[in-house]
Amino acid sequence: MSALKIKKGSTKHSAYNLRPTFSDVVEAHTLAVVVENEPGVLARVIGLFSGRGYNIDSLTVAEIDHEGHRSRITIVTTGTPQVIEQIKAQLGRIVPVHEVHDLTVEGPSVERELALLKVCGEGDKRVEALRLADIFRANAVDSTLDSFVFELTGAPEKIDAFAELMRPLGLIEIARTGVAALLRGH
Amino acid sequence: MTRQMTGAKMVVQALKDQGVEVVFGYPGGAVLPIYDEVFQQNDIRHILVRHEQGAVHAAEGYARSTGKPGVVLVTSGPGATNAVTGLTDALMDSIPIVVLTGQVPTFMIGNDAFQEADTVGITRPCTKHNWLVSDTSKLSETLHQAFHVATTGRPGPVLVDIPKDVQFASADYTAPTKARTSHYAPQVKGDMEAITELVAALETAKRPVFYTGGGVINSGPAASQLLRELVEATGIPITSTLMGLGAYPANGERWIGMLGMHGLYEANMVMHDCDLMINIGARFDDRITGRVDAFSPNSIKAHIDIDPSSINKVIKTDIPIIGDIAHVLEDILKVWKSRGRKVNREAIAKWWAKIEDWKKVDCLAFKQNGKVIKPQYALSRLEALTKDHDRYICTEVGQHQMWAAQYLGFNDPHRWMTSGGLGTMGYGFPASIGVQMAHPDSLVINVAGEASWLMNMQEMGTAMQYHLPVKQFILNNERLGMVRQWQELLHGERYSSSWSEALPDFVKLAEAFGAKGIICKDPDDLDDAIMEMLNYDGPVIFDCLVEKHENCFPMIPSGEPHNKMLLGEASTKDAIGSKGAVMV
Repeated sequence: MSALKIKKGSTKHSAYNLRPTFSDVVEAHTLAVVVENEPGVLARVIGLFSGRGYNIDSLTVAEIDHEGHRSRITIVTTGTPQVIEQIKAQLGRIVPVHEVHDLTVEGPSVERELALLKVCGEGDKRVEALRLADIFRANAVDSTLDSFVFELTGAPEKIDAFAELMRPLGLIEIARTGVAALLRGH
Repeated sequence: MTRQMTGAKMVVQALKDQGVEVVFGYPGGAVLPIYDEVFQQNDIRHILVRHEQGAVHAAEGYARSTGKPGVVLVTSGPGATNAVTGLTDALMDSIPIVVLTGQVPTFMIGNDAFQEADTVGITRPCTKHNWLVSDTSKLSETLHQAFHVATTGRPGPVLVDIPKDVQFASADYTAPTKARTSHYAPQVKGDMEAITELVAALETAKRPVFYTGGGVINSGPAASQLLRELVEATGIPITSTLMGLGAYPANGERWIGMLGMHGLYEANMVMHDCDLMINIGARFDDRITGRVDAFSPNSIKAHIDIDPSSINKVIKTDIPIIGDIAHVLEDILKVWKSRGRKVNREAIAKWWAKIEDWKKVDCLAFKQNGKVIKPQYALSRLEALTKDHDRYICTEVGQHQMWAAQYLGFNDPHRWMTSGGLGTMGYGFPASIGVQMAHPDSLVINVAGEASWLMNMQEMGTAMQYHLPVKQFILNNERLGMVRQWQELLHGERYSSSWSEALPDFVKLAEAFGAKGIICKDPDDLDDAIMEMLNYDGPVIFDCLVEKHENCFPMIPSGEPHNKMLLGEASTKDAIGSKGAVMV
């Protein structure tokens, strides 16, 4: 965890140890933001992204420590290195933000998303859907004579791949949670 | 020992405990309990403004001229929304202010009640932080936190929204020393490795420059003192942004004037040609950098800032140092001295010779001939006649603001109040009221344009009510001068809505309020008229009729680098390319 933690006072590193900024290459980064669980804190984070024109590809939020009033917001965002550094610094300025981690830099990390997919079909298509679900280790959590609801957990790419396969087999609805992520190791 | 009291009483108690002496505000239904408490005490003075925007600007003027937080008390709904411009202004210029708003009672929130607005929602993007207090037991602690956040780290505006039932209910009061100021504690000490690297660069630099900003002033008097010591000891030239004027004295030996879009020729040339740029508490604002990809192309850039988000935001920084200016400057001096006080004297002497050549361009020269007052002349005379006074200057926004920055000299911090980042017309007059409240015996002048001044002219009532002898020095060109200048340069001289028609007679206007009005249109009368203004014990509106079509130079046209400055009328034709035209 040598990378910069920009949140004030939380690091001895200055912006001094940053990766080369001002490259034009757009990168995707997964940020974990630990915040004080108080009213409006999510609006502050989202307002920052919309107000300054940053991208949000995925966002999840839930309380992680009830007694300590902490929530964890996981944001997948894209931008040039300069923009990513700005996003982290701007997040760090928000008063109820305790920690900002760039899991892409501090990594490696595990990223998981949960999806529910409703697939309608009969005959061969229905059998094929079930067979593919087995390969992907998706669970059928609801079933009627002409539909399934599959539950699938995995990296976003795996869910994308599964959804693509289900499309010709009668995929009619999909709900995804967005990415939750943790650093690997200790 | 805990003390039970109502929320309204807690507000007054918390303000007292925070050392607040003055509150600028305007009452309304949702803050009546607090106003009732204000009425029953004498420690805190309440200044009734005439519009909530004026209250916030007055608090900004108070804060900027004292270094203490300014405090505002307004009601819910329109009271809060009228404060939004001032909050945004304070956020852009990092001014510590605490705004208290009334709110409809908690059980009515969300019902579209009378004078209800989602104040914390509306002000979230224009405050450093804000709170809606839903429980009286949390009120006093929240107020103390608000002062802590407003004044710690990079200062800024905060807002506490207090529903009316919370003001009426009682709970235990928490003293400031007992309040948790949360985890908010920005880093103040700079990284010693980076500081050492900066000192090493400073020792060998051939063409160094200090580029300072409002952060030096915000850091406090020690920062200005340390800056002066560092500049004198190294002999390195120093320029400043609009917001930083006064941190290093304008009559100092190493001062090369303000930089930026309307900065001095020599200052901008130094920025363009330097080999080491030491940014101290400035933020590479677009008014400073001009064209970013051609900004100071051959320099190593060091940047000292308390806000990590300022680093690398606009300009790539080679030596970033995050910390409080005073702390970092102290460490720089310590390291520099311990390494033997080295600078490249020979090269810096050559550098100064070059600077002297640039100074010979005399970019602020103007000719006052004929019977019409040039605005530059008016400000030169104002400077000559007031520079020895204990003087505070505020401005509105536009040409007059730039001329004031160019022609008036500031030798101390906290003497110059102007709306830099947001560029708020209507800022100066209420700000001057706040400054005069803080410094009742000093000379407070608001250099204004007639159009800006009219935006908050209702505050004449405030100035009269509290006997605040603010001098409103209006450079009246009957134009929105800066808009007109841009239309001349960019829009084919089509002056769309940029003149002031139906102007009031300012002398009569002053008299209508019971103040003194002075009109001056002849350069020969100017000195006497200014002296008359200075000698009058009370508010004065000075209507100085100036040349209507004067443009403000030097000017870096938008989309151009520092060395492509326009110095006067002859150079303006086709100066701005189509790429520059889209910029502001």
